[in-house]
Amino acid sequence: MTGNGLLQIGLYVAVLVLLTKPIGAYMAKVFAGERTWMHRVLRPLEAAVYKLCGIDENAEQRWTQYAGGVLAFSAVSIVFSYVLLRVQQWFPLNPQGLANVGPDLSFNTAVSFGTNTNWQSYVPETTMSYFSEMAALVTHNFFSAAVGIAVAIAVIRGFARHSVKTLGNFWVDSTRTIVYVLLPLSVAGALLLCSQGVIQNFNSYTKAATVEGAAQTIPQGPFASQEAIKELGTNGGGSLNANSAHPYENPTPFSNFVEMLMIFLIPAGLTYTFGKMVRDTRQGWALFAAMTILFLIGVFIVYSSEQAGNPILAKLGIESAATATQPGGNMEGKEVRFGIVNSSLFTVITTDASCGAVNNMHDSLTPLGGLVPMVNIELGEVIFGGVGSGLYGMLLFAVLAVFIAGLMVGRTPEYLGKKIERKEVKMMMLAVLVLAFTILGFAAYGSVAQFHKDSWVNPPGPVIANLNNNGPHGLSEILYAYTSAVGNNGSAFAGIDANTPFFNTTIGLAMLSGRFLMLIPLLAAAGSLAQKKLVPVSAGTFPTHGPLFVALLVGVVLIVGALTFFPALSLGPIVEHFLMYQGKLWS
Amino acid sequence: MMATVAPPSSSPPDDVTSIVPRRGSRARPLFDPPIVKRAIGDSFVKLNPRAMMKNPVMFVVEAGALMTTILAARDLAAGAGVAGFTFQITLWLWFTVLFANFAEAMAEGRGKAQADTLRKTKTETNARRLRNGTEEAVPATALRSGDLVLVKAGETIPGDGDVVEGIASVDESAITGESAPVIRESGGDRSAVTGGTKVLSDWIKVQITSNPGETFLDRMIALVEGAERQKTPNEIALNIVIAGLTLVFLLAVVTLQPFALYSVAASGSGAAPSVVVLVSLLVCLIPTTIGGLLSAIGIAGMDRVMQHNVLAMSGKAVEAAGDVNTLLLDKTGTITLGNRQAVEFIPLGGVSEAELADAAQLSSLADETPEGRSIVVLAKQKYNIRGREVAEHEARFIPFTAQTRMSGVDLDGRRVRKGATDSVVEFVHEHGGAVPAELMDVTDRISRSGGTPLVVADRGRALGVIHLKDVVKGGMRERFQQLRAMGIRTVMITGDNPLTAAAIAAEVGTDDFLAQATPKDKMDLIKKEQAGGRLVAMTGDGTNDAPALAQADVGLAMNTGTMAAKEAGNMVDLDSNPTKLIEVVAIGKQLLMTRGALTTFSIANDIAKYFAILPAMFMGVYPVMEKLNIMGLRNKESAVLAAVIFNALIIVALIPLALRGVKYRPMSAANLLRRNLLVYGVGGVIAPFPGIWLIDRLLGLLHLA
Repeated sequence: MTGNGLLQIGLYVAVLVLLTKPIGAYMAKVFAGERTWMHRVLRPLEAAVYKLCGIDENAEQRWTQYAGGVLAFSAVSIVFSYVLLRVQQWFPLNPQGLANVGPDLSFNTAVSFGTNTNWQSYVPETTMSYFSEMAALVTHNFFSAAVGIAVAIAVIRGFARHSVKTLGNFWVDSTRTIVYVLLPLSVAGALLLCSQGVIQNFNSYTKAATVEGAAQTIPQGPFASQEAIKELGTNGGGSLNANSAHPYENPTPFSNFVEMLMIFLIPAGLTYTFGKMVRDTRQGWALFAAMTILFLIGVFIVYSSEQAGNPILAKLGIESAATATQPGGNMEGKEVRFGIVNSSLFTVITTDASCGAVNNMHDSLTPLGGLVPMVNIELGEVIFGGVGSGLYGMLLFAVLAVFIAGLMVGRTPEYLGKKIERKEVKMMMLAVLVLAFTILGFAAYGSVAQFHKDSWVNPPGPVIANLNNNGPHGLSEILYAYTSAVGNNGSAFAGIDANTPFFNTTIGLAMLSGRFLMLIPLLAAAGSLAQKKLVPVSAGTFPTHGPLFVALLVGVVLIVGALTFFPALSLGPIVEHFLMYQGKLWS
Repeated sequence: MMATVAPPSSSPPDDVTSIVPRRGSRARPLFDPPIVKRAIGDSFVKLNPRAMMKNPVMFVVEAGALMTTILAARDLAAGAGVAGFTFQITLWLWFTVLFANFAEAMAEGRGKAQADTLRKTKTETNARRLRNGTEEAVPATALRSGDLVLVKAGETIPGDGDVVEGIASVDESAITGESAPVIRESGGDRSAVTGGTKVLSDWIKVQITSNPGETFLDRMIALVEGAERQKTPNEIALNIVIAGLTLVFLLAVVTLQPFALYSVAASGSGAAPSVVVLVSLLVCLIPTTIGGLLSAIGIAGMDRVMQHNVLAMSGKAVEAAGDVNTLLLDKTGTITLGNRQAVEFIPLGGVSEAELADAAQLSSLADETPEGRSIVVLAKQKYNIRGREVAEHEARFIPFTAQTRMSGVDLDGRRVRKGATDSVVEFVHEHGGAVPAELMDVTDRISRSGGTPLVVADRGRALGVIHLKDVVKGGMRERFQQLRAMGIRTVMITGDNPLTAAAIAAEVGTDDFLAQATPKDKMDLIKKEQAGGRLVAMTGDGTNDAPALAQADVGLAMNTGTMAAKEAGNMVDLDSNPTKLIEVVAIGKQLLMTRGALTTFSIANDIAKYFAILPAMFMGVYPVMEKLNIMGLRNKESAVLAAVIFNALIIVALIPLALRGVKYRPMSAANLLRRNLLVYGVGGVIAPFPGIWLIDRLLGLLHLA
């Protein structure tokens, strides 16, 4: 680790802290329906949406109606995208004449974007037309992000309100998210990225000749507009296979810094929004602090592991220390313009938040460097997390922490003045179970599945034939794929041929359950919490804003996650790490 | 004031300042040999899978034990080399289940022993039933609610009821454990009698209020025996969490097998873990510590309340006591001793202090109330005025009535009165006198300081004022401070005027007070507190307390109180000591804390177990896994066995803690949390490492693995 590297990490955290309050306070106003300085411009748009869709702005919904809205909206938009992908060749803006997308890949992709995962089993530049990108996929970047944020706001209202049955209105919350939060921020973000050289056009792909004289096709497209919402909405699905490692998506260290900030901007801001809405901003900062601690733990493990590099190479006499002229460490799969620190930082940020955009190849990380992104996702995407989903995921852990340790103060556990009882606990455990069940279940099946010789869902033979790597790293690749799907992250270890009907379908199902089977129990718990009376705070109340609670929350997140996934991880990245230091190589 | 016999109190003296529950009057040694003996037998009876189903965690352990038993039998039959290991694991898995059963049986056994004692008092008695004025002898079991019975000295009261005629001293030791007799009489709040208690002197007529099988004694036996035990809300929620965690771990262990198979194929060496090892890992990971001790903690909590001579009608009530935010405490009897004492004579005008004292004493000679006696005593102590024999004089004593609000004596032409200010002033005016202007200043000053002024007059002369003062029980101030530190608000309830009430509230340090309280005011206060999300606890004994006792979340009725009050509350204090409410709150908190502490400990333990079992499992597949063996355990079998043994022994080691409850000190939630997280959280992470290491070495020494 270099001083310069640590300085860059420090700078990132400092800027994030500075932005959290203004963006959080702004969102709190937006969701309370108060006037902001953007109203003059955007209120007509908001009103027009309500009028067009016949939404009663003042109608309140119970949790069941709210969840019904979420499911209906997601289902319709996923089906819409599926159909569009299946027939893209008959639509305009397809200069490369790309063919219709197959059924399993269309399913996987529509689900992937509809669940805010943006897992991509395909190479975008050779699969998706500009029209598909914009109409079928980028729309979801807004929609799915809005769904996540709306649900988070509803869950917060469960804590903030008392003695009522309703949680707000899904249609209003999601409209406001798009109109007042996502649209202005992505316009600003896209312009900022353009200034750094991110392209925005509808041109046909450029044909070029390389220095060696070989022919090269360079894809073009409306990337800047896509890039901004891709980070802001923690979507992560790139227009290019190389994602944010490609110079057209992420040309400079500054654009890289901006993109990293955009990923955490809304999730971090929501912690402040939360504090505002529950009328105690210390509560929001406590969650922010817990998230920051978990984030920094990840950053330092990845950064130090990547900087330490590969001892096998070092033994061969390859210089792996950082010097003035070279970054040292493990530069495989990393862009020179980002170096080790900005690649490590991006890796941790994109997996903490359920973004999944990448600026370096996660498959090429050192074993411990690759362990961290996997653990980040397995912890439930709660370290800032996806827009909205990160906050409600962290609230789930906060409730569990309060329940387990809260009994130790001799009172029925309460969080934010709400008693945590049977119903809430049941819903929270259900969500935890779903997470563990889908990740471990699918990955376990995936690592031993066999396909008979005329199977159409996957090439015949053991499923591990889809892997590019043998040994523990192969297991990591399977585990990472399902982890990423259930966590709605979308990044990949790659190294696995996932574009087969088997993987497309199972990963699609994993994404659906990771999203909706998590979100519904939380809304149910919020519905029950909203009906409770508020217990007044006293000296007998479990304090949930101090360093002690932050430490407890970090502990519970780590222990619940570690206890569930440690056995599987020990056979993947952990043993790979020991083997690497023993000098053992795998083909 | 009708308490001629002080309420029996077998609990420790009230001047002990701590609210921490002490050993109750009915405490038994933790490991009473007969109870232990019975519990060991019960541990085996409880192996019945149908009973085990109620406890998902231990049910999984039992299922695992059954599985390894079959495998051990198979290994033994096949003469496989691993038979010794499989056999030992099986043995310890069964021990794990038995230890948990033993904990539960121990907790239950203490209640059962108590119930047996109570049952002995339920001997067959005969009753004198009165019907149409004639007396007939019937067995007590033939009595029905509404029957009228006569009980004479030396006889056992045949059933619960209210005294409708007569007065008697009653030995209630069968119920309360207190041998000092109490007075029961018709009318008022001391009319309730309990079946099974004994009349010592005089006679009473009792109207029976309960049918056979539904008596207080029957209910008490059922309660201490735990026959009606239902899981409390917190217990249910905790059960969901630990059952959920059990499922998560089941999943983690089941999916480990495919990952292992993949790894075996990838590395080309070793073998996937055996079922025995997988079962061992599972049992070590699932929260067996809390799962095994959870019901014992609940039963023991009820038992602890019982040891303090409080009968809780449900575990829910005890749990609610821990949650209480507001304590409503009656001033008289709870905060102050049940009576006021004269502390000062303040003469008016030219009257000398001695003259006032003399008149005051004279007026109180026939006054048997504690206040009256205290006046006589004060006069004697301060002015050496001895009580006189007034019988030879033509003395006529005027008793206190609610109408006149005065008492006194007419003697040798004097008419001495003492009483409430306005009544005595009126008396003076009637006799053509005038009161000095300073009188009102004096009485106001006394009222403001929390005292009660009694004005003394002789015909038209106002002689002076007696200052009566409430005597606050020792240590109350400290107790209220502790309660405040715990976040519990105390409200003093009193019939006094606001001025007096405020002064006493300030003196003892309650957070608030309700003056001139009527039963309705009390009820309104409870409802108001509850509407604000607070849980309220109160004590009461009178029939007019019954609605409020029923409304409160914790209603502690006094055993000396009326049947209506006892029915309405969800706890009955057999010692009839209202201050005990504070201890009940502490016991409730202790119950919740014990659960939280053991849950945290149980989960924190898992980290070490991974480091014991995972390397043992996969060393054959990837020898480099040895690096995870940070405890340096000797070999595979020993590592797994040590973890399983530790897991079983920790249950036994924690039985005393489960039965006694974690140590409790009144402090703020923040401090409690810090302390308990350190002990049970951090301690729970660290403790198993040396524990497992030690067992591993012992296994080596004994050549067991």
